[in-house]
Amino acid sequence: MNSYAYTLLIPLIPLFVFVFVGMAEDKLKGKLGGLIGTAGLGIGTFLSYYTAYKYFIADHVAGTGYTSFKAVEVTWLHLTDKLTINLGVLIDPISVMMLVVITTVSFMVHIYSLGYMEGERGFARFYAFLSLFSFSMLGLVLATNLFQMYIFWELVGVSSFLLIGYYYEKPSAFSAAKKAFIVTRFADLGFLIGILMLSFNTGTFDFQTLTDPHGLAIASTGGAVFMGLSVITWALIFIFIGGAGKSAMFPLHIWLPDAMEGPTPVSALIHAATMVVAGVYLVARLFPVYAQGGPVALEVVAWVGAFTSLFAAVIATTQTDIKRVLAFSTMSQIGYMMLSLGVSGYGGEEGLGFMASNFHLFTHAMFKALLFLGAGAVIHAVHSNDMNEMGGLRKFLPITHLTFLIACLTIAGIPPFSGFFSKDEILVAAFHSNKILFGIEYFVAGLTAFYMFRLYYNIFWGHDRHYHHTPHEAPLVMTVPLMILAFGSIFSGFLPFHNLVTSDGLGFESHIDWMIAIPSILAGVVGIAVATVMYKTKNALPEKLSKSFSFFYRWAFHKFYIDEVYLFVTKKIIFNYISRPVAWFDRHIVDGTMNGIAGMVQFASVSIRGLQTGRVQQYGFVFLGGVVALVLIFVYLF
Amino acid sequence: MIDNIPLNSFLVISTLMFFIGIYGFLIRRNLITMLMSIELILNSVNINFVVFNKFLYPNLLHGHFFSLIVIAVAASEAAVAIAIIINIYRNFKSIDVDNLDQMKF
Repeated sequence: MNSYAYTLLIPLIPLFVFVFVGMAEDKLKGKLGGLIGTAGLGIGTFLSYYTAYKYFIADHVAGTGYTSFKAVEVTWLHLTDKLTINLGVLIDPISVMMLVVITTVSFMVHIYSLGYMEGERGFARFYAFLSLFSFSMLGLVLATNLFQMYIFWELVGVSSFLLIGYYYEKPSAFSAAKKAFIVTRFADLGFLIGILMLSFNTGTFDFQTLTDPHGLAIASTGGAVFMGLSVITWALIFIFIGGAGKSAMFPLHIWLPDAMEGPTPVSALIHAATMVVAGVYLVARLFPVYAQGGPVALEVVAWVGAFTSLFAAVIATTQTDIKRVLAFSTMSQIGYMMLSLGVSGYGGEEGLGFMASNFHLFTHAMFKALLFLGAGAVIHAVHSNDMNEMGGLRKFLPITHLTFLIACLTIAGIPPFSGFFSKDEILVAAFHSNKILFGIEYFVAGLTAFYMFRLYYNIFWGHDRHYHHTPHEAPLVMTVPLMILAFGSIFSGFLPFHNLVTSDGLGFESHIDWMIAIPSILAGVVGIAVATVMYKTKNALPEKLSKSFSFFYRWAFHKFYIDEVYLFVTKKIIFNYISRPVAWFDRHIVDGTMNGIAGMVQFASVSIRGLQTGRVQQYGFVFLGGVVALVLIFVYLF
Repeated sequence: MIDNIPLNSFLVISTLMFFIGIYGFLIRRNLITMLMSIELILNSVNINFVVFNKFLYPNLLHGHFFSLIVIAVAASEAAVAIAIIINIYRNFKSIDVDNLDQMKF
């Protein structure tokens, strides 16, 4: 098994690139920093593909399941004999799948940014941060234990913070960066509590021990119960809070739309394809624990996912900033993945939801990165994010138009594009588990098609408008990644995920259930048709509809005032009733004590400093007097 | 000859020298004079070393060697002190110790 030791290089190469490019930033002229970063990641991509080939095809013995094993593991901190923290590389179907996803998207984004970020200040810094992110994300998916995952989990948070705040001179960018960091950090507190509870009760951080299918680690926890739920269930809910923060699940989603202040390639890489699915990956990684130890926690996952997917889809239909539409669409799709995990069972056919979730994660990474990069090409051409300032661009940007259309069809679930297959599996899994959840997701599927085509028509069709200078197609270095990702979006649906990535490592038979597939295609088609009627040519219909539903429209347009609720809770309640008294206590009591001590010392020193005159003879006299006094004391008193 | 002189006489002399040195060190303003006072203090100690050696351990020489060491140290100390005094003179055009009170609060 140690023939996989080379996988250590996959995260380490970006780390070296980060250190090198980061330190030599000023010395790297022109695009040199970018080229180094791209080359480093190119090697990583090649190694990941080789690993996938080796793991799934070359080393696989037909008829057996895929095993999970550690390619490398070292003890990083030896605290006590029972408590050690290890770092290593875990190879199993989902980590290998994530390797492929991350390196593919990251490599495409690296190439694309060579064109998109051209001439920006801090070009090399951008690539240094991208490499840091790639390193952290790869470390996260390869983690062998919960604690390693937590370390890299925070590292991706930091890289996300640095990249959102890349234009740090813009106030909106750095406040968005702070918001993202604080909200996810707050959620990570839940994750940490969950890790501690789970590890305390099972006595291990190790994923292999925790997810042992025989459930020995979980079974050893005894029957401790708190508020009607077992300790394991609570631990899993807390861990899910961490995952929900990173994956922008309601109500911890408020940072994701603001994170669109970062450069568009960053949105494509971090806030669409990789980092935001870390929460899904986390639940998938601990899936056997969820399935066997906490069915209630799994139900929470399902409902949060379903609600978020509906909620975000509704908001997405009203937004006008094209990147924000995509951000809400990302939330909605991640909601799908969470839901799918939530309705899944463990093992065999029961694990359909688990497979569907990972399948959707894979296809979503392809088409959502494509959508973001396409939006980047549009923004590059018209220098605006607002869809009201666009229209008729299909003539000017033929390649972007075509690839964007493919991505829209994919996300709308139109066969034979990949989104159809993965979404269909999710709907089937939901249908067999809970009809209400299925109904929500079915409705969201139609809504998705509608808002994506609203976006598409507003950018590329609509009325022809007059631009100050004619928009031009992006350079080849930007369009080639679009084409590659479009290729991935079309064909990744044909991958046999039900044989490769399953909850217990064994393949199972899966086929398209036409009883569900045909209605879901219909939903997509209806969504597209409605969008076509409303937005293909400029007409008064959208205006009229928003007027007639003006109350609901206003709520959705303002994102259901969730940001305002947060502001109210933090500013009006926490600031006024907790922070201010604490600040008063700090300023007056704590600082007062310290200042009092300092004042006393100062007073004492001022009153005796006159003794230090600088005259040697005076010192000598005092010294002599002291000696005489001591002599007298020792002679007469002792 | 030394055998005829009582111990007390030596001690009186050395005590007088010691306090004359102390007096000079504390009262005189001239740095050179202060240095000379220090030499007086050292030499009063030397006398005590030699005398006590003679009266207590006539067969041993430890006290004598102590005096020799003190004389050697005093010589080097005088060299250093005079170098310092010369530098002070160059900076302040004076060797009056009352002028040298820059190192105060």
